[in-house]
Amino acid sequence: MTDRLWEFVTFAYPNIKYVVLGSILLSISSAVVGCFTFLKKKALLGDVISHAVLPGICLSFIVSGSKNPFLLIIGASITGWISIVAMDYIVRSSKIKEDTATGLSLSVFFGIGILLLTYIQHSGNAAQTGLDTFLFGNAAALIGEDLIAFSLIAVIILVVVYFFYKEFKLISFDTQFANTLGLPVRTLELILTSITVLAVVTGIQAVGVVLMAAMLITPAAAARFWTNRLSIMLTLAAIFGAFSGITGAYISYASPSMPTGPWIVMVLSIIALISFFFAPGKGILIRVFKQYQNQRKFLGENLLKVFYTLGESNQNFLSYRSQEELMAKRAFKESTLAKGLTRLSREGFVTHHRAQWALTKEGYEKGKRIVRLHRMWELYLTEYLKIAPDHVHEDAESIEHVITPELELRLERLLDHPSVDPHKAPIPQKQQPIINNEQ
Amino acid sequence: MIIQTENPALEIHDLTVSYDRKPVLWGIDLSVPYGSICGIIGPNGAGKSTLIKSVMGLIPLSSGYIKIFNQELDEIRLKVSYVPQRESVDWDFPASVLDIVMMGRYGKVGLFRNIRKADKEAAMNALEQVGMEKFYRRQISQLSGGQQQRVFLARALTQQADIYFMDEPFAGVDAATEKAIIQILRRLAGEGKTIVVVHHDLQSVSTYFNWIIMLNLRLVASGPTEKVFTQQLLEEAYGGKLTLLSEVGELMKKEQVPTRE
Ligand SMILES: Nc1ncnc2c1ncn2[C@@H]1O[C@H](COP(=O)(O)OP(=O)(O)O)[C@@H](O)[C@H]1O
Ligand SMILES: [Mg+2]
Repeated sequence: MTDRLWEFVTFAYPNIKYVVLGSILLSISSAVVGCFTFLKKKALLGDVISHAVLPGICLSFIVSGSKNPFLLIIGASITGWISIVAMDYIVRSSKIKEDTATGLSLSVFFGIGILLLTYIQHSGNAAQTGLDTFLFGNAAALIGEDLIAFSLIAVIILVVVYFFYKEFKLISFDTQFANTLGLPVRTLELILTSITVLAVVTGIQAVGVVLMAAMLITPAAAARFWTNRLSIMLTLAAIFGAFSGITGAYISYASPSMPTGPWIVMVLSIIALISFFFAPGKGILIRVFKQYQNQRKFLGENLLKVFYTLGESNQNFLSYRSQEELMAKRAFKESTLAKGLTRLSREGFVTHHRAQWALTKEGYEKGKRIVRLHRMWELYLTEYLKIAPDHVHEDAESIEHVITPELELRLERLLDHPSVDPHKAPIPQKQQPIINNEQ
Repeated sequence: MIIQTENPALEIHDLTVSYDRKPVLWGIDLSVPYGSICGIIGPNGAGKSTLIKSVMGLIPLSSGYIKIFNQELDEIRLKVSYVPQRESVDWDFPASVLDIVMMGRYGKVGLFRNIRKADKEAAMNALEQVGMEKFYRRQISQLSGGQQQRVFLARALTQQADIYFMDEPFAGVDAATEKAIIQILRRLAGEGKTIVVVHHDLQSVSTYFNWIIMLNLRLVASGPTEKVFTQQLLEEAYGGKLTLLSEVGELMKKEQVPTRE
C-alpha cells in the first residue's frame, strides 16, 4: 500500500498525473459552478442536465461515427442545454409547476438517451465500446485527447466565473433588482446555465450520470456550513472538490477494482457529513454542545438563586442548608442537584460541610445578581410592555440567564434604580452588605 | 377623483397589467409631480406591488405606457431606483451588509469591472445615512427586520437616483427605523427627488405623504393628500372587493383572452 502511495504522489507513471489532474479540474469546476446552483435553490438542475446529455452524446456518435471528445461534448451540451430551456419554457407558459417540469424534462430526455444507446449497442458498430462510460463514469479513461478537452472546458468555466463573479452573485441574491439596474439578466442567466451544462458534461466523464448532481451540489452545501462569505464559500467548495478528486483518483489507483467517480462522491459526502456535524456556528454538534453548556449554566445559576431566596426568607444568606431544603424551594431532580452542587463547589461558589451546603461570598454575589436581573426584568415587562404581573415570571426565568452587564446597566437606568419588583419583592442592590444573622 | 399634474415626474397612461392573462390592474391613468413623497395605498392584493413592478419594467405591460421624467425607462435607468419588498429575497445568502449595499453600484460600475474604491465609499456613506455604518461587516442573516430594511434603503441611496420606488419600506420595522427612513425620504424630497412608496398604515398617511395614489385593481384616486385622502374615497378603495372586476379577470384567464386585441 505504501509503495502504491509513493508511486502515486511521485507520479511514477505519466498516467497517474493525467488522471489526478483531470479529476481535480473536473471536481473544482463543478464545485464552483455548483455554489451558484445551490444558492439559487436549483439543486435539481444538475440532475436534469446530467440525464439530458445522454441523448446528445449518442446522437453525436451516430452522426459522426466517432468518439472524438470535442464532438461528444458539443452533442451533450446541446441536449443538456435544450432540457433546461424546455423546462423554463414549460414553467413560464403553462400551469405546470417547477418540480413537475423538472421530472418531466429529466425522464423524457433520459428515456430518449437510453433508447439511442440501446440502438447503438445493437448496431454492431465496433467503435461504440466505452460509450456507456457516460452512464457510470470512468476517470481512469481521462487520458490524451479526452484530458485536454475536459481540462480546457474546466478552465473556461473557472475563467467565466471569475469574470462574472459580481453579476452571478447579484442574480443569485436578487434577480429583480439586477433587472432594475438594467443588467442583461437574461443573458447572464443563460451564461450561468451554459457553464453549468459544461460542468455537468465534463464531470459525467468521471462520475457518471447518476452521481453528477452530487458533484455539483455537495461541495457547495458543505462549504456553506463553514462560512458566511461567498468568495470563501467558492474557495472552500473548490478545495473540497480538489481533495475528493485526488483521493478518488488515489483509491482507484491503489486498488484498481475501485472506480474513481463513486469514490470522489463518497469522499465529498464524508466532507459534507463532517461539516454538518462539526462546522462552527452551524454544525449540529457545536449546537448540541452549546445547549449542553447552557443547561449547565442555567442549573448552576438557578441553584445560586435558590440559596439567595432562602437566605432572604431567614435573613441569613450564608447559612448551611440540606439538599432537601433546596429541593423544597425548587423542584430539582436529586441527581441533577447533587451534580450541580458539586460543580458549584469546584468552581468556588458554594462550600459544604458534611451533607450541608452554603454560599461563598462569590456565590452570594452571583446568586444576588440573578435574582436582581429576574426581578428587574419582571418590572420591565409590566411597566414597559404592559404585561400583567402574574404573567411575567416564566419569561424572566430564562431572560435572567442571558442579560449582559451592559444590558443590566441600561435596564437599571431605564427603570430608574428600582427597589421592588411587581410582586413587591425587593430588588437586591449591587452594593449591599451580606446579612448573616447567626441564630 | 384623479388629479393630473402638468409636467409630471411619473406619468402612467392607460396601463393594464395581467398575470397569466388575468388583469390585476385596469386602465390606470395618473401623474405624480416632481419632488413629491407619494404614497400608494389600497387593500391587500390591490395591485400596489404590481404597479411599481410594472414601472420598473419587471412585468410586461398588457397595454398603455409609462414615462419617467418624460422618457422611457431604458433611457434613464441609472436615475431610477427600486427598493423591493424585504421578503422578496433570502436573507440567509452568504453576504455582508457592505456586499449588499454595493450592489446598488453595479449598474454604474458595468460588466466585467471590479468594484472601485469610490463605490465602496459611496456604500459606506449610504450606510452612515441610515445609521448602519457600524454593521458594515455583519452577515445579513444576523440583521433584524428594521436593519434589513435600512440595508435595502442604503443600497438604493448608493444609486444616487432622481426617483425612488419603494415597496412597503415601513412594513415590520421598529419605530426608530420608521422615523429614520421617513427623515431620509423627506431630505431626498427636499433635494428635489421624487419618492413613491407603497404603504400599509393609514394612520400615518397624511403626515408622511403629500401625494396619494389609491388603488383597488383600478385607480380609485390620485392627487394631493389633502384633496383625495377622504373618507368617501377610502371607503371606495377599501370597502368591499370589486367582485365583478376580479370575476371578469378570472374569466379572462380561464378563456385565455388577450387584454387588447
Ligand atoms: N407572480 C404572480 N402571478 C400571478 N398572480 C400574481 C402574482 N403576483 C401577484 N399576483 C396577484 O395580483 C394581485 C395583486 O398583487 P400585488 O400587486 O402583490 O398586491 P398588493 O401589493 O397590493 O398587495 C393579487 O391578486 C395577487 O394574487
Ligand atoms: Mg405588495
